[in-house]
Amino acid sequence: MIEIENVRKSFGPLEVLKGIDLTVKKGEVLTVIGGSGSGKSTLLTCINGLEPIDSGRILVDGTHVHAKSTDINKLRCKIGIVFQQFNAFPHLTVLENVTLAPRKVKKMSRAEAEEIAIKQLNHVGLGEKRDVYPSRLSGGQQQRMAIARALAMSPDYMLFDEVTSALDPQLVGEVLDTLKMLADDGMTMILVTHEMSFARDVSDRVAFFHQGVMAEIGPPKQIFEDPQNEETRKFLSNVR
Amino acid sequence: MPQLLEGALVTLEIAVLSMVIGLFIAVLFTLFRLSGIRVLNAFAVSWIEIARNTPALFQIYMAHFGLGSFGIHLSPYAALLAGIAFNNAGYLSENFRGALKAIPDTQTRAGRSLGMTWLQSFRLIVMPQMLRVAFLPMTNQMVWAILMTSLGVTVGMNTDLAGITQALNARSFRTFEFFAIAAVIYYIIAKIVTLGARLIASRMFRY
Repeated sequence: MIEIENVRKSFGPLEVLKGIDLTVKKGEVLTVIGGSGSGKSTLLTCINGLEPIDSGRILVDGTHVHAKSTDINKLRCKIGIVFQQFNAFPHLTVLENVTLAPRKVKKMSRAEAEEIAIKQLNHVGLGEKRDVYPSRLSGGQQQRMAIARALAMSPDYMLFDEVTSALDPQLVGEVLDTLKMLADDGMTMILVTHEMSFARDVSDRVAFFHQGVMAEIGPPKQIFEDPQNEETRKFLSNVR
Repeated sequence: MPQLLEGALVTLEIAVLSMVIGLFIAVLFTLFRLSGIRVLNAFAVSWIEIARNTPALFQIYMAHFGLGSFGIHLSPYAALLAGIAFNNAGYLSENFRGALKAIPDTQTRAGRSLGMTWLQSFRLIVMPQMLRVAFLPMTNQMVWAILMTSLGVTVGMNTDLAGITQALNARSFRTFEFFAIAAVIYYIIAKIVTLGARLIASRMFRY
């Protein structure tokens, strides 16, 4: 379970998270929507401790993410994150990209790590590409590789930060299909996305962020068909 | 001729050693600069400034006569090696700094998000990419190191290519012949290094 309690975060004078309270249960798929600068991506990077927070706290399975005593590297093995930019490691082959962290962080043997990596690569449809370098992959393939790379650590939670935003439109589908598959597998996921129809299809709940505040949260049906908040309504009428 | 070739080996040996030491220090300095610890950063920056903005000859002099006046007596070999390594470290650090800028921060971030420590991300993700960007300048520095070894004659180095050439010249006065042959040997070594580096690069950096 991910528990976010009254989290505040500023970048200089700009407060990007103004007291967020949110709980995500095991197995839940939560999508976060909202305009740019609404704080939704920042929240994701706070959850796995890539960004410090100013006040409040975030607990992942009861572990305080930002506490000094927390072994953040160990905690991050539990929380996979995939970014908008694919961040492929260009000097490593697809297989090496995926096996690197299991070998170096989890200290698996090469054979063990490769077995898991191949399974994950097959899962995202990149089994054939394991020996090529990322520069030979399309954006969609690189992003699927990034997903496989995160999954190879066997995380309990997956965070997706606008993973289709940097893709050509015709490549978005293949990545969304991968996400859908993960959701169907029962993975606990928080997705920040601009793909509204996708959010409606896969989410258990949808949260709408506006200027650092979670303006509304509820089942997709409610958010998309009967939004209670004025800002949500405005936002949705603009994106549709 | 066999004497000259023996000298060439010593020259190559000093150049290689000075590069290894220089590279080691340059990586350390890169970490110093990234560490954000002011003393370490200042130390690295001062070293780099001096190494890049004073003559290599003076750096070798300092290692030999300069340290000598403080009671630290280095042999010509050690002084030459120290001087060139000092110079290499300065230039290589600067190369690395430039190369580091070419690697986006998001690479480290991606490594950290997979549970790696900062040092692991640096070593496994950033550094290999940095070495690729810095590889050609590194090759240039290696050639420069080979040529710098000839400055060793000024501190009494007499076993390297320049030192032996000098000695043979003093004995025979066949100045043009000996220096011309030595120059050709320097040229050949430098070329082999450059071509070798290119070969290594094409094998190592296939991505």
